[in-house]
Amino acid sequence: MMQGPLALIAEVTHRCPLHCVYCSNPLELRRQQDELTTEMWARVFQQVTAMGALQLHLTGGEPLVRKDIVQLVAAGRAAGLYVNLITSGVGMTEQRLDELAHAGVEHIQISLQDSRAEEADWIAGTRAHTSKLSLAAMIRARKIALTLNIVVHRANLDRIEEMIALAEEIGTDRLEIAHVQYYGWALANREQLLPTRLQVERSLAAVESVRKRLKGRMQIDCVTPDYYARFPKACMGGWGRKVMLIDPAGQALPCHAAGVIPELSFENVNDHPLRWVWEESEAFQMFRGEAWMPEPCRSCDRRALDFGGCRCQALLLAGDAAKTDPVCELSPDHAAVLSPIEHAQETFPAPGAGPTTGEDFPQLVPLSPIAPGWQYRTNPSRN
Amino acid sequence: MTDLLRDARPTLAAGCRLDETAAGGPVLLMPERALRLNPPGLRILQLCDGKRTISEILLTLCTEFPVAEGAKLEEDTLAFLERLRTTRAIDLE
Repeated sequence: MMQGPLALIAEVTHRCPLHCVYCSNPLELRRQQDELTTEMWARVFQQVTAMGALQLHLTGGEPLVRKDIVQLVAAGRAAGLYVNLITSGVGMTEQRLDELAHAGVEHIQISLQDSRAEEADWIAGTRAHTSKLSLAAMIRARKIALTLNIVVHRANLDRIEEMIALAEEIGTDRLEIAHVQYYGWALANREQLLPTRLQVERSLAAVESVRKRLKGRMQIDCVTPDYYARFPKACMGGWGRKVMLIDPAGQALPCHAAGVIPELSFENVNDHPLRWVWEESEAFQMFRGEAWMPEPCRSCDRRALDFGGCRCQALLLAGDAAKTDPVCELSPDHAAVLSPIEHAQETFPAPGAGPTTGEDFPQLVPLSPIAPGWQYRTNPSRN
Repeated sequence: MTDLLRDARPTLAAGCRLDETAAGGPVLLMPERALRLNPPGLRILQLCDGKRTISEILLTLCTEFPVAEGAKLEEDTLAFLERLRTTRAIDLE
């Protein structure tokens, strides 16, 4: 029998009070009226547990905009899953957090845009930094695990020590330093976000020294960002191997970005059993295993380690999802990564970096584009 | 080697949970991770109750897994606890 997914990523809504310039949601967002019902999500959680899944990641958009978020947490626990909530904290109160804790949420993940409020809010396109900090304090006062995720890019990477110091002050057990990944909204803003090699090397050295000092107190995850690595990442642990993502409308995807691959059609959990979608549907079969691989992957010893890298990146940078991830130094399309890296070097410091005074703070209406040169994430249309 | 103190009392950290009835066998669920447990691993985590000291846990394991060589069992257990502490799966009280 085929191994089922170990984790389910449930994008329960695409609505969000934040407008982060590197949002991982697709450019085409799902509308509220198309969102799955509480009952349907509960059925999905039961089905994925029956397939052997252990973990549920409730995310969005901002999952707290769902009025039934407490029921969704409870449904995840009732199905037997470990429940992680990924939130900005906007819309959280002490009482709501108590309800979520009572329903069984075990881990909350907050992503910070910066160590400094003004810069963070500029990247998020709204004032959210202080609500994130107050949520972190609320979590620390309860028996819920907290992970901070700090998203880094050329405009904040040089402040990495300051960001780690903030995490230390908050007292988190886990810190993930995550480089922006260039899909969707982030790809549209890549010129402003891509760091230089020198920035990356300095930051990795800084993390290494702090990691030693904090060993046993804070676990720090930080990897060389995609574009600067010699070989590609094992995206999602391999296509259709470990993770299944369900979007707000019930479409099942092998990853956040797979919707960009034009030759794939994705099935909906309203129409098919989850097991069939995972085991049989074309979208999950397409890049599973090694049969689809081109050279240099096909004969490469690393194919069992990185699975050829990321299919979406191959599409976005090389025009074909079935090619080797251009991040790989062995890829014939590697220039598609080298040229933005060179450009990043030539244009440093950041072009169109955020303003340093409050008066240039982006206005949220109209939502996009707000500042010249930047594409802010929008919200789903209402009709 | 590990610098764990023998009189420390390990307990599961917030957000870490033993699931002994998971379909694929006993597993330690934790943020972003899950650890499949063999019988000694499961037993060690059951003993991390915040009441027993590491010395007491070692003693209990010695009686329950008598086939294992004592020094090896101790070394493996301490290495396992150290790994759990580094990944923030246990707190020491």
